[in-house]
Amino acid sequence: MPTTTWRRRPAQAGVAALTLMLGATVSGCSGGAFSNASSGSGNTSGPIKIGMLLDQTGELNLAGKPMQKSAEMAVADVNAHGGVAGRKLQLVSYDPQSDNSKYAQYANQLAEQDKVDVVMGGITSASREAIRPVTDRTKTLYLYNEPYEGGVCDKNTFLNGATLDQTIAPLMPFGIKKYGKRVYVVAADYNFGHNAAKWVQRLTKQAGGTVVNTEFVPLNVSDFNSIINHIQAAKPDVVASMLVGTNHVAFYRAYAAAGLNQSTPILSETFGLSGEQVVLDPKEAHNIFVAASYYAGVNRPENVAFKKLWHQTNGAGYQEPTAQDVDVWNGIHMYAQGVTKAGSTDRTKVTQALESGIHYNGPGGPVSVDPKTHHTVYDVHIAKTNTTHTFDIVKTTPQVQPAWEQQVCDLQAKPNVNKQFSLS
Amino acid sequence: MDPSHLTAVALSVVNSIALLIIVSVGLAVIFGMMGLINLAHGEFLMLGAYMTVTFYRLGVGFWIAAILGALSVGLFGVLIERCLIRFLYGRLAAMMLATWGLSLIMIQVVTIIFGTSTHSIPTPLGSFKLGQYSFSQFSIVVDIAALAMLGLVYVVFTKTRYGVMARAATLDPTMAGAIGIDVRRLNMLTFGFGAILSGFGGALLAALAGVVPTFGQQYVGAAFMVVITGGAAVLTGTASASVLLGGVQGIVSNATTAFFGSISLLLVAIVLLRFMPTGISGKWGRRF
Repeated sequence: MPTTTWRRRPAQAGVAALTLMLGATVSGCSGGAFSNASSGSGNTSGPIKIGMLLDQTGELNLAGKPMQKSAEMAVADVNAHGGVAGRKLQLVSYDPQSDNSKYAQYANQLAEQDKVDVVMGGITSASREAIRPVTDRTKTLYLYNEPYEGGVCDKNTFLNGATLDQTIAPLMPFGIKKYGKRVYVVAADYNFGHNAAKWVQRLTKQAGGTVVNTEFVPLNVSDFNSIINHIQAAKPDVVASMLVGTNHVAFYRAYAAAGLNQSTPILSETFGLSGEQVVLDPKEAHNIFVAASYYAGVNRPENVAFKKLWHQTNGAGYQEPTAQDVDVWNGIHMYAQGVTKAGSTDRTKVTQALESGIHYNGPGGPVSVDPKTHHTVYDVHIAKTNTTHTFDIVKTTPQVQPAWEQQVCDLQAKPNVNKQFSLS
Repeated sequence: MDPSHLTAVALSVVNSIALLIIVSVGLAVIFGMMGLINLAHGEFLMLGAYMTVTFYRLGVGFWIAAILGALSVGLFGVLIERCLIRFLYGRLAAMMLATWGLSLIMIQVVTIIFGTSTHSIPTPLGSFKLGQYSFSQFSIVVDIAALAMLGLVYVVFTKTRYGVMARAATLDPTMAGAIGIDVRRLNMLTFGFGAILSGFGGALLAALAGVVPTFGQQYVGAAFMVVITGGAAVLTGTASASVLLGGVQGIVSNATTAFFGSISLLLVAIVLLRFMPTGISGKWGRRF
C-alpha cells in the first residue's frame, strides 16, 4: 500500500500540471479576435473600432456568415469614401459560435479589453439580451442590426431591424383584402412565435378579419399531419405562418403535398429566414406571401449598386443578400453618419446625433432613425414566391413607422426607461 | 363527425404510426438482434437522406435514389462494424460512448462536405381528395413502405438461410459457433442490414422534411422509445410499440394540438416501461 501511494503522487502532479498548461493554451487560443484588434486605443485619433459579434460557426452561421461579409463590405465602403472625420473604421470581430454565454463573454471583452467605440451584432433575440446588459453596464453604444419581435426601449441601444409590428402591419390587411377574412395561425412554440401570433391576432382584428384558430408547434416537431387536418377542418381563407427553422420546412411541404397551397395562400413573416424558398421546389413554395424591409428584387439604383458590390466582393454565385445583411450595411453607414455629425465617438454625443434625424438611402429604401424609440423607419415590401426560388415584390408600403414602439416608449422624455415591452 | 373527417384523422394516425416504424426498424434490428445501443442511429438516418439527395441530383429518380442511398448506408454500416463495433460487443458503456462519438464525427464530416444549408427532395406524387379533405399520395406510399419494411424483416429473418443463422447466433452464440456458424461474419451482415433499413427510412424522410446535418437528432429519441418500449423482439416489438405510441400521438394531436400529442407519446412510454420493463414483447414472451 505505501509504495503505490508514493508512486501515485508524481503521476498526479504531472497530470495536474498538464491540465493546467492545456487549459491555459486553450483559453488563450479561443480568446483571439479574428481581425486585427489593436490594444489600448485612443478615443480621438486612430481608427474607430466597431466591435462585431456574429456567429460564424454553429447553427446560426447560416445567418451570421453573410452578415459578417456585409459588415466587412460596409466598413471598406465607408473607408473608401474617406472614412469618418478623417479616421478609418476598423472591425473587431469575435465568433460567439451560436452560444449565448460566449456572447456575454465577448461583449465584455470588446467593451473592457478592446475598448471599442460601438458594439454591433447579435442575431437571435436571446443573444441580443445577452449583449445588452453588458453594453449598458460598460456604457458602450450598441446597435442591433436584425429584424426582431419589437419592444426594446433602451437609451443606449439602437434597433436597426424591422419589427414584427412593422412587417406584419401591411401584410395582414393585404392578405385579408385579397383573399378573405378567416385566418388560421400556426406559430413556432417559443417566445418569438408567441409574440408573433399575438401580433397577427391583433392586426387581423384591426383589418376586420377573424382568427379561426391559433396552433403552436414545438420547434422539434416535423409531423404535420394533425395540423394539416385541423386547417382543413377550419376552412380558412388564408393561413398565417410564423414557423421557424428547418424542422418547420416540413409544414410547407406537407401543405403543398395535400394540395392546399392551390386554394389557400400562406402569409408568413418568417418564411425565407431559414432559406425555405431555396430548399422547396417552386410548386411547393407556390402562393406564399412574405414581408420584410428588403428583398433582392427591390428596384432601386442603391440596390443595383449594392448587389453589384455584393457579388464582386463575395463571388458571382454567392447567395443573394437578405434583410439582415442589408440591416448590417445600413447600420454601419448610419453609425458613420452619426459620428460625423457628432464630431466624436463619445457615446452621448453620437446618441444625440443619431436622434437628430439621420437618413440613409439604403438598398431596400430610405431608412431613418426614429428619435423617440431608437428604432428605424423602413419601406416594407410585400413579396410573393416565384418559380425561380426567389421572391417577386407585389406591394411596397413606404416609410412604415414603429407605431407600437412609439406608443409605449419615449426615450427623449423618459431616457431612463430600460426594458423590453411586449404585447400582453 | 362526418365520414371524411374521420377518414382524415384515421389516415393521419396511420401515417404517424408509419413514420415511427420507418425511423425505428433499423435500430430494432441492431438492438433486437445484437443488443447494441447504437447512439449514431440518427446519423444513419441522416446519411441515408443525404445519399438519397445526392443520387437524386444525379438524375436517377426518387425510388432508385432511395434504394441506392439505403445500400450506401448499408455499406457504411458494414465498414463501421468492422472498424469500430466488433471490438465492443458485450461492453455496453463503451459501445454507447463510441457510437455517440461516431455520431458527432458523422455530423461534422457531413457539415464539411455538404455545408449547413438545408437540402431536400420535392415530395413525389400529388394529392387526392376525399370529401372536403385533400391528402398527400406520398403519405400513403410511406404507410405502404413501413409495412414493406416490416415484411422484409420478417422474410429475411424467417425464410432465408442467413436469417435463421442470424437468429441462432443471437439466441446462443457459443452453440451457434460450435455448429459451424460464423458468428462474427453474421454480426457484420446484421449490422449492415440494420443500416440499410435506417438508410431507407432516412431516404423517405428526405422527401418529407428538410435535410440538415443535425437532421437525425429529432428522430433518434422517438426511435429509441419505440425500440425500448417494444422490447427485444424485432418484429412484434417494433410493430406493437409503433402502433401504440404512434396511435396515441396521432389521436391526441388531432383532438388537441401537436404539443399535447408529443407529451402523450412520452407519457405512454413512461407508463408502459414502468409496468413492462422488458418492453411489450418481453411481457408477451415473444422472441421475434
